[in-house]
Amino acid sequence: MASNSSGGSSDRQRIAQQRLRIIAGHLQRPVDGDSAILAAECKAQGSKPDTSREEKTVPRRRQEIMKWNGWGYSDSRFLFNKKGQAEFTGKRYRLSGMIIPGLKDWFECTFGASLQHKTPATPLLNSSAVQPPTLNEAFVEELKSTGIPFSQDAEDRVFRAHGHCLHEIFALREGKFGRVPDMVVWPNCHNDVVKIVELASKHNVCLIPYGGGTSVSSALECPPEETRSIVSLDTSQMNRILWVDEKNLTAHVEAGIVGQDLERLLNESGYCTGHEPDSMEFSSLGGWVATRASGMKKNIYGNIEDLVVHIKMVTPQGVIEKSCQGPRMSTGPDIHHFIMGSEGTLGVVTEVTMKIRPMPEYQKYGSVVFPNFEQGVACLREVARQRCAPASIRLMDNEQFKFGHALKPQVSSIFTSFLDGLKKFYITKFKGFDPNRLCVATLLFEGDREKVLQHEKQVYDIAAKFGGLAAGEDNGQRGYMLTFVIAYLRDLGMDYYVIGESFETSVPWDRVLDICRNVKARIVRECKERGVQFPPLSTCRVTQTYDAGACVYFYFAFNYRGLSDPVHVYEQVEHAAREEILANGGSLSHHHGVGKLRKEWMRETVSNVGMGMLKSVKDYVDPNNIFGNRNLL
Amino acid sequence: MSDRAEYRDSGRAGLVDERQFVDILEERRHSSDLGHALRTFNPHPYQGAAPCSAAELNKAVLEAQYLRYVTKEIAMETGSSVEEVRKEACGILEEMSQNLQLGFIRLMGYTLTKVFKRLFTSIFVNMEGLNMLQQAIQETPVILMPNHRSYVDFLIISYILFTYDIPVPVIAAGIPLAGMKMVGEILRRSGAFFIRRAIGSDKLYWAVLSEYVKAIVRKGYAPMEFYVEGLRSRTLKSLTPKLGMMHMVLEPYFKGEVFDITLVPISISYDRVLEESLLAHELLGVPKPKESTMGLLKASKVLQEDYGTMHVNFGRPLSVRQLCHGKINRCQYNLIPRSKSSLQICTDLWLAHLMVRIQEEGSLISPWSLMACLLLQAPITVLTEEGLLWQQLTEKTLWLRKLALDYGARLNWSAPDSDVMSSAVALHCSIVHRKAGRVYLVQEEELARKRPISLEEGVTRTAAAVLMLASYRNQLLHVFVRPALLATAIHITKSTQRNELFTFFCFLQDLFSYEFIFIPDKLSQDFEEACLLLKKCGAVHISQQEVTLSDMGLEALSFLQALLQPFIDSYQVMFRYLSEEGVNVFTEKQFLPAVRNLATKLILSGELHTYEALSSDTQKNVLSALRRLEAVTKLRASEQNEYKVNKAAVRRTGDILCKF
Repeated sequence: MASNSSGGSSDRQRIAQQRLRIIAGHLQRPVDGDSAILAAECKAQGSKPDTSREEKTVPRRRQEIMKWNGWGYSDSRFLFNKKGQAEFTGKRYRLSGMIIPGLKDWFECTFGASLQHKTPATPLLNSSAVQPPTLNEAFVEELKSTGIPFSQDAEDRVFRAHGHCLHEIFALREGKFGRVPDMVVWPNCHNDVVKIVELASKHNVCLIPYGGGTSVSSALECPPEETRSIVSLDTSQMNRILWVDEKNLTAHVEAGIVGQDLERLLNESGYCTGHEPDSMEFSSLGGWVATRASGMKKNIYGNIEDLVVHIKMVTPQGVIEKSCQGPRMSTGPDIHHFIMGSEGTLGVVTEVTMKIRPMPEYQKYGSVVFPNFEQGVACLREVARQRCAPASIRLMDNEQFKFGHALKPQVSSIFTSFLDGLKKFYITKFKGFDPNRLCVATLLFEGDREKVLQHEKQVYDIAAKFGGLAAGEDNGQRGYMLTFVIAYLRDLGMDYYVIGESFETSVPWDRVLDICRNVKARIVRECKERGVQFPPLSTCRVTQTYDAGACVYFYFAFNYRGLSDPVHVYEQVEHAAREEILANGGSLSHHHGVGKLRKEWMRETVSNVGMGMLKSVKDYVDPNNIFGNRNLL
Repeated sequence: MSDRAEYRDSGRAGLVDERQFVDILEERRHSSDLGHALRTFNPHPYQGAAPCSAAELNKAVLEAQYLRYVTKEIAMETGSSVEEVRKEACGILEEMSQNLQLGFIRLMGYTLTKVFKRLFTSIFVNMEGLNMLQQAIQETPVILMPNHRSYVDFLIISYILFTYDIPVPVIAAGIPLAGMKMVGEILRRSGAFFIRRAIGSDKLYWAVLSEYVKAIVRKGYAPMEFYVEGLRSRTLKSLTPKLGMMHMVLEPYFKGEVFDITLVPISISYDRVLEESLLAHELLGVPKPKESTMGLLKASKVLQEDYGTMHVNFGRPLSVRQLCHGKINRCQYNLIPRSKSSLQICTDLWLAHLMVRIQEEGSLISPWSLMACLLLQAPITVLTEEGLLWQQLTEKTLWLRKLALDYGARLNWSAPDSDVMSSAVALHCSIVHRKAGRVYLVQEEELARKRPISLEEGVTRTAAAVLMLASYRNQLLHVFVRPALLATAIHITKSTQRNELFTFFCFLQDLFSYEFIFIPDKLSQDFEEACLLLKKCGAVHISQQEVTLSDMGLEALSFLQALLQPFIDSYQVMFRYLSEEGVNVFTEKQFLPAVRNLATKLILSGELHTYEALSSDTQKNVLSALRRLEAVTKLRASEQNEYKVNKAAVRRTGDILCKF
């Protein structure tokens, strides 16, 4: 294999072939619509139905299929067409190719935005605006001799210089680049990583591991004060399932694999991990481990810390791993917990053994409408108390319910629209729900058919006690779809002066309502005080239930017309919102991680001694700060 | 200048613009009282909070997790059953709870219109404040915090809010009011809830009360009104705020149960206070009549007199969130379950003081207060025998008027100067009378007629009049107290060194911390303010290190110093008693008459020139101050509030006051 992606004719040929295949893939929508798993329809299908080694979703040159200055696939985006109707392009998603009639009104009313006022992004990545790489020649020379592919191409480097925080994307859209990695390496396996880390240590080069690039904590940002050469270590080519152990129900997987590939490949042999974070199309196994990720269906399968059995990580001090795969050990503090959440500050996760489960026989969506958010939360609390939460249960507040409603695609038959009307009439007129207060919980049940139906009944019975009315599978499914397209929607907003983001926390049950109310109110107040001309969208949902609390997600967006520095205003408001979260007993993060964005609160979060503990681990494992992304501490 | 400046109503100090104030009696005098009482009442409550009946509220309180938890705990501690404790809690709640009903608000409205029209020429209310309040009430739970100078103002806020279509408040009241026949129940139905005095360590009572208060704040269906000073001020001077209620009210915010709470300080000022003579006698040791309906009816003779105008000034609504920003870490509550927390955050101390200071600054100074101030500075024989030249008094009053305006006082002075002063004296004919170009102190005549009075009785008689005068002076003390402390410091220390003056200034603040309201931890700001104000009237030059006297401002300086002299003299008398004459251990009951005797003796012998030493308020304040300075300690084991005095320490404190 060529040592440099920009050189070598075989490489170029390969890329050309891949491009052709991708284009073919876009033209031909794979025909697996009858799949038993409905959930798969929510997210994009892999770019190709074929799943042989080279056919993985993420190529080395991500720019071939993904946007350089926005979320997701290049072919999929929202736009307002000539008639002013919103549509979603591409073929990957359920919503692809559809008209969404309600979106324009919702968009204009909610934000005071107008289709007349556009803020288009810089269309092309201008490589000459990227600062030239600072190279460590000795390191480059030795790396070449290992045969591990690398690149100093500006596009490659820019792609790995950011996650998806608002300020990061905003800057890209304006064609602005800060400090970017000086080169990118693509190890192919664990041993490649060992070699790279050794070389980096030897030549004092800064390494920043890169998995799926979906970070929302500024974790991928290159520290501006870093003077050494920065090498982005892209794990995307380490994406094989090395073995599946059907006896123990585990799979040993390279850490660079992205969620959708992992699930699809396991599904082929009748298994799944069940780990489905909202970013699973693009986020990687190694990234999940490094940030303590959480999946939508954690109620059945658990969060990442429940799923991993064994982790292999390469650090400047060598490789760390456990000697066996016992399901639980009493051997001092669990070293996995030094690794999980280390956010790339200690080393690179290369291989992970994960629990797998047989694929569920049956899946069913559902939804419940509650007269108000308080009742909804009370119901979720009761469900958690009885420990009968379905695979997923999420409660959206009224604003988000309306948002979801605005995303309803054009209905094809008069009958469905008639039914919708009838449903609305029943809920608001007959049952007396206030359309400006009602909220909806979306549900996903999984398991064998009989049990699912039984479980469903149990949950609906509880819901009924809190005034909840079953509102159909369709509403439920659309709720989950929103998860996958919301990041695309942000790009649409940014075309029209609207910026926004989501952030999350976890909080004890007795504070859920207070935190939701106070944080939303704080956002509104802060926007007003900072001169935002239009009331912001400030909404939340409860996305996970636990025995002792819940995970709450906030969405916040506003129209920035008339503001000279909208990103700064945005950051101030988000900062205030986080302070409000902490003051209301919420955690610094449930699963997004700390990165550099939330570092300032770490000390008060884990105490001085806690900080000292973490620091001493870092000092031992990486005394020369080779993994110098400066996250967390 | 000081932090407080930001909370001040900007640019409104000075002569009060009457246009901002509307006389609410004006309309009542021209239209039907009944029509007013029966007006459509349709206020906008807090964000559509559902109306909550008294029964619903009580039920929510009894079922609150916190109360259940405390109930269980008490049952465990006392060995009684949970059910018994619960019954007890029910009883407490029944005694306490309000039962606000619109019908009774209307009845109250009708009655008060009648009463007010008879008592007052006008009741002025600032419309701007009322508009801001109306807005605030829709956004957050609102706490109305008026000062309390007269029984008359107990329902005035409800009356005004009813008139202007704003939700009427529930009001924290002292339990004695509940005991009045009929009236207690009427008050209850007008929104009053009743709190026992001296709750002490009654855990269950505290729990019920705090849950009740917090439930009202959380539900926000009606504003809550309470007197942060805790009591009606007998001296018309602001009282050191009580913190218990303040804390209960604020806790829902600290715990995140509401997004914000709005505090609305309200300053009620009177030209003349109904209870003036009653209060003076109470201060001289004549017990206050027990609150009773009969008493109220008997008091109806006071209804025959004229009490001038009353001003109700609604202050700018203050967001607790903003006030506490950066000062209180709400995370303190994170590790305690909601249902159990009763964590005390002591930082609300300054908040309560701040509210009292804002009340002070919002209050209107009447011309009579200025005159009272000056009358008190005249030798007593001039007032009782020779009479003070009217000419002299008016000239001096006009001088003081200017000084007060310079110092940012809000002055109620809306007619030609001579008219204003003449009518002030006429209104206060119970205290002074003007005859042949001179002003004399009025002494109670009825007593005199019956039999010749003893010397001691003569002192008491004069004292009653002087204390009445003093109470009107007290209404404006807050304007002058800071520069007066500095003037005193300069006078006593004879120093020009800033740091020495500051040290003495701090000592005086400490000593008089029960006498005047100072916001804790704002010492240096207060000192700066004092310096600036003295400079403003030309009394001093200020440099980095020095504060030097200027010839220009001697008049102001001696006025300010004379303003505090009665306090200093009174304190010295008590220090003298404690360090020389008294015993080592005493009770308050013994202390008060003993000091009064000593002071009377000293007045008669001409050694003491102020009658204010006779006031039980001053006497109690001295005791509190000495306890604070640890020169007097309360004996823990004692049943009867016994105090132990450290004579040497008291003497030292006294020496500091007259050293140099």
